[in-house]
Amino acid sequence: MNELQQTAKDLLEKNAVAVVIGYGMGSEPSLRRAVFVRKPDQAPQLIFDESCRQNLAFYVLKPEVKALGKAAVVARTPTLRTLLQLATENQITDESVVALPVGNGSVQPLTNFAAIEQYLANVPRGFTAQEQQELAAIKSKTLADRWAFWKSELSRCIKCYACRAACPMCYCSKCIVEVNQPQWVPVPSDMLGNLEWNVIRAMHLAGRCISCGSCADACPAHIRIDLLNQLLATEAMQQFGAEPGLSVRKDYALATFKPTDKEEFIR
Amino acid sequence: MAEFEPKVVAFVCNWCTYAGADLTGTSRMKYATNVRMIRLPCTGRIDFMLLLQAFGHGADGIIVSGCHPGDCHYSAGNFHARRRWMLFRELLDFAGIDLRRVHFSWVSAAEGAKWAELVNDVVNQVRALGPYDEFPKRLNRQSLEQLCSVEVGR
Repeated sequence: MNELQQTAKDLLEKNAVAVVIGYGMGSEPSLRRAVFVRKPDQAPQLIFDESCRQNLAFYVLKPEVKALGKAAVVARTPTLRTLLQLATENQITDESVVALPVGNGSVQPLTNFAAIEQYLANVPRGFTAQEQQELAAIKSKTLADRWAFWKSELSRCIKCYACRAACPMCYCSKCIVEVNQPQWVPVPSDMLGNLEWNVIRAMHLAGRCISCGSCADACPAHIRIDLLNQLLATEAMQQFGAEPGLSVRKDYALATFKPTDKEEFIR
Repeated sequence: MAEFEPKVVAFVCNWCTYAGADLTGTSRMKYATNVRMIRLPCTGRIDFMLLLQAFGHGADGIIVSGCHPGDCHYSAGNFHARRRWMLFRELLDFAGIDLRRVHFSWVSAAEGAKWAELVNDVVNQVRALGPYDEFPKRLNRQSLEQLCSVEVGR
């Protein structure tokens, strides 16, 4: 039994939590799925390796999971940041979730937001050089080429909304695409609707997205929707200093303003 | 063939720009008739979706205009809108949508002349760019006719 499994077992034995949300083996050897461990003897189901990419913080808000009682979440860095961002948005309260940080040495349960903040202070932030290069490569294209690129990407969208389903920040009980009076986004998969949907998603996550990449991982058409989020995250950071998910005391960048915000594009 | 006449949709706030445009009219100033104005309570109400909808319904250019900073009837609506526009413009540009077709402006209720000048300028720019055919349309005449020509089986 490894450290993660032992920690989960201890938490369940002490009744500190009712369920441990973690990664388990999927239907194929290369696949992983979320597992909900509720008994100490089930702890060996928990695994962690590079294939475990899903952002499990997503489950914390689900009514079915909440009904189980207090949860512990196996958390990679993006998952920890998600928890703090959910706290900023008043979706979870302090000490209601235990985070089990993985991928950085020992698994020491983080029981409150202060502990998560402290842990994240020592983790590198921002986008990797490779991610920045990908963004710069698209930005350096001509306008027509950018349009052609996104047209070919978004034409593959089948409107399955897997990106929304995988996103821990997409927790609206009624999403704009379910609004049909008026019908904002056409239901069938067509170019206009695909563009509108992906623009809406990116804009609604602007300044909130913690860039876990779960949306792009979930996309069955392998559309690089994470690049739209990355662009807006970069802009929100540069223009407003938005760094979602690093502190529970930070304002949402688009819910506030500065009289000195840039406006040379407005005449 | 007649010269292309662009359709420009203007999303304006009720308190400043709409009143400003009213002044343009009452002052008997002439300006391009290509603009269709849509009056909303505040620039803070102008959802970015409305802009995409305008393009989707056949607009070739868009004007978004409201009160100058500090003049908002609701104190801060235009400041919030400005932040949103900053990000939205970056996203449009990244997605390959031509920013020369989307214009933002502050026009106060006293700036009737500025409104006329703005509309004329935008219409001229968009006329030079030509129709925005690349942008996917919601239901154009062709697809409408196709839809109507489908025989429904009994």
